[in-house]
Amino acid sequence: MSTYTAPLKDMKFVLHELAGLAEVAKLPGYEEASPDTVDAILEEAGKFAAGVLDPLNATGDREGSTWTDGAVRTPKGFREAYRQFCEGGWNALPFEGEWGGQGLPRLVSTPVQEMWKSANLSFSLCPLLTQGAVEALLLRGSDELKRRYLPKMVEGNWTGTMNLTEPQAGSDLSLVRTRAERQGDHYLISGQKIFITYGEHDLAQNIVHLVLARTPDAPEGVKGISLFVVPKFIPNEDGTPGKRNPAKCASIEHKLGIHASPTAVMVYDKALGYLVGEENRGLEYMFIMMNAARFAVGLEGVAIAERAFQRALAFARERIQGRDLVQGGKSVPIIRHPDVRRMLMLMKSQTEAMRALAYTTAATMDFARKHPDAEARKRHQAFVDLMIPVVKGWSTETGIEIASLGVQVHGGMGFVEETGAAQYLRDARITTIYEGTTGIQAMDLVGRKIAREAGTTAKAWLGSLKALDAELAKSANADVKALRAQLAQGVQAVSDSVNFIVETKDPRATFAGAVPFLKLMGIVAGGWQMARAALAAERKLNSGDKDFLHAKIATARFYGDQVLVQAPALRDTVVKGAAGVLALSEEQFLAA
Amino acid sequence: MKVLVAVKRVVDFNVKVRVKADNSGVETANVKMSMNPFDEIAVEAAVRLKEAGSATEIIAISCGVAQCQETLRTALAIGADRAILVETAAELQPLAVAKLLRAICQKESPQLVIMGKQAIDDDSNQTGQMLAALLGWPQATFASKIELAEGRAKVTREVDGGLETVSIKLPAVITTDLRLNEPRYVTLPNIMKAKKKALETLKPEALGVDVSPRLATLKVVEPPKRKAGVKVPDAKALLEKLRNEAKVL
Repeated sequence: MSTYTAPLKDMKFVLHELAGLAEVAKLPGYEEASPDTVDAILEEAGKFAAGVLDPLNATGDREGSTWTDGAVRTPKGFREAYRQFCEGGWNALPFEGEWGGQGLPRLVSTPVQEMWKSANLSFSLCPLLTQGAVEALLLRGSDELKRRYLPKMVEGNWTGTMNLTEPQAGSDLSLVRTRAERQGDHYLISGQKIFITYGEHDLAQNIVHLVLARTPDAPEGVKGISLFVVPKFIPNEDGTPGKRNPAKCASIEHKLGIHASPTAVMVYDKALGYLVGEENRGLEYMFIMMNAARFAVGLEGVAIAERAFQRALAFARERIQGRDLVQGGKSVPIIRHPDVRRMLMLMKSQTEAMRALAYTTAATMDFARKHPDAEARKRHQAFVDLMIPVVKGWSTETGIEIASLGVQVHGGMGFVEETGAAQYLRDARITTIYEGTTGIQAMDLVGRKIAREAGTTAKAWLGSLKALDAELAKSANADVKALRAQLAQGVQAVSDSVNFIVETKDPRATFAGAVPFLKLMGIVAGGWQMARAALAAERKLNSGDKDFLHAKIATARFYGDQVLVQAPALRDTVVKGAAGVLALSEEQFLAA
Repeated sequence: MKVLVAVKRVVDFNVKVRVKADNSGVETANVKMSMNPFDEIAVEAAVRLKEAGSATEIIAISCGVAQCQETLRTALAIGADRAILVETAAELQPLAVAKLLRAICQKESPQLVIMGKQAIDDDSNQTGQMLAALLGWPQATFASKIELAEGRAKVTREVDGGLETVSIKLPAVITTDLRLNEPRYVTLPNIMKAKKKALETLKPEALGVDVSPRLATLKVVEPPKRKAGVKVPDAKALLEKLRNEAKVL
């Protein structure tokens, strides 16, 4: 059986050559992120992911979390793994030093989190949700709430959840109905929440729910929603978990994938809650955290693609079937067959492109937070805002495609559950749905990030791609030349599409092509990264790891010929495709 | 009680080693390097002794190129208190390493030296024994259990045909076998702390040790490929082959 190995070479290449770890480590507060420390962190995190989390992935999928009388039992081994995870200090990695975290940049927590997600996506969701809840409290929690909850949550002894969705309020949270009645210094929360990841489990002492609800006099719609902390056990003065709050898990869902991660239906029956920030501003707070959450899910796409690729590669090297096309003779491993190669290269090249885009975006998030110059912070933030829906939407959609290719490489064995390839496809399937579906990401990209500011940030980015083209023009390498031509076409395609979006007045016309546009943006942003990677590899050829660097250049060229090449077609879909999308009346859908 | 742990930087156990084109040795350029797994067990053993209150200070030592610092940082992250690198680009053979370690022992006066029974690159299985001889200290090799009490170490050794328990007087040299312990996963806070621990660098000359090789490597080659097996029609044919071809019966 193949096991997960953290792709340290590629991770380090991206960190150092593309995302600018050295620059990030110069930001005030990030001095700890020196290259040797980061290497040591990646090394040890890789061992933990492979040694502790990966062995529980398939067994966790088969057993799943189970519900009995309001209690949820996680699969065998999860409790012990979670304990080790927290004792190892990994839960605290992304947080500020003030509350017991390590204060490391996002650029460092990103590859580490990619490892957790690759090794065991279901497991990784528990710390991810805690991270979201901690960030909400850091952002707007009172000093009292922070003092009481943050240290425990940073250690991981208490976990967090995000309670947004209700049966009638999914993508549209203006329909939230859960109620919060004021009572002295706290509130009583009543209502039902669904799809609550790790809403109930047996991994930690306490669970801290962050719940969106309405006060009785709140205005209708999104401006009447407040955010509350609702603990499973109400903390005593000494910080130990006290009285059980009536925040109960009514059931957990039976799902296509991520079986080990319990997805709870939560029922609040006058449960004690504490307001976070001010009344009626809950959704606003959620939006501030949304970039981080969407980024994290985008990274799940990268992670599952990597895992699927590793397994498919191992199988392709072992499975003997068919003869060499030219040499004939004895049966050979299927990796010798051109079409299997094509599939593996599609997996490899897109995974590397997505990783590079995600890490570069993570570095930009660090600059947006810590750069000493306010103008620079603003510029970096604009780029982050532009790229978040791309990282989220493109990496997860492609993650599913890659997991599906992984099954295909296995042939019939891929369709059989024991092989393990099918689990990645099932697990990946949720990633284009939660934290905003691909459709929502695409509308965010087209509407808020491009049309609203007349394409300013997108055009600035396209401008920087012209500068890259000049760099590519200097290369004598045939692969780089081929890639340059494809990238130039891709840049033109994005440019035409941005102009179309900015100039078109009917939002229905632009929204009809929003998802194809998101895909186009992703493919070209990935091409941008692969071109930078090819140049960096070329520069280092004489001093570095030749095998790796030659492979990087060849992989970048493949990406140009097989992936970037789709850009002009996507542009045509964006610009001309709306008429057909909107042509039928609703009745005509029933006409057959 | 001071404990000294010797650690070696070797090609990672997961790497499929390749012989250099000129047959002079094994390819190490751009190959992942890690701490010798037996030495990792030695560090873990020392840290457990400290956690149990038997050891007060753990010093990790490595001899070799500047990059051995990474290996020492790993030892510091597992729990060693400080580290010493004897830096040299020269090829180091067991006797040279043993002499370097002897010089360090004379400087630091530890009560116990722990190291792996052998390194997974050259499989020499000599350094610990040579060091004990040079120092005139008792040795207990291939340890699968260590207990300290009243100035002595009770060590269970894995020997052919079973386990042997010896009691040796400290100061002593112990080399570790695979089953002594399972090294812990390094924690993130300890990785961060390791960076701030002291790491001293010395040169062999400063210790007055001549590290020149005593052995010359003539040739390094890949092991011969295994030949395909044959099917025999029946037991009689098998016996015949075992007797006349393999000559084992």
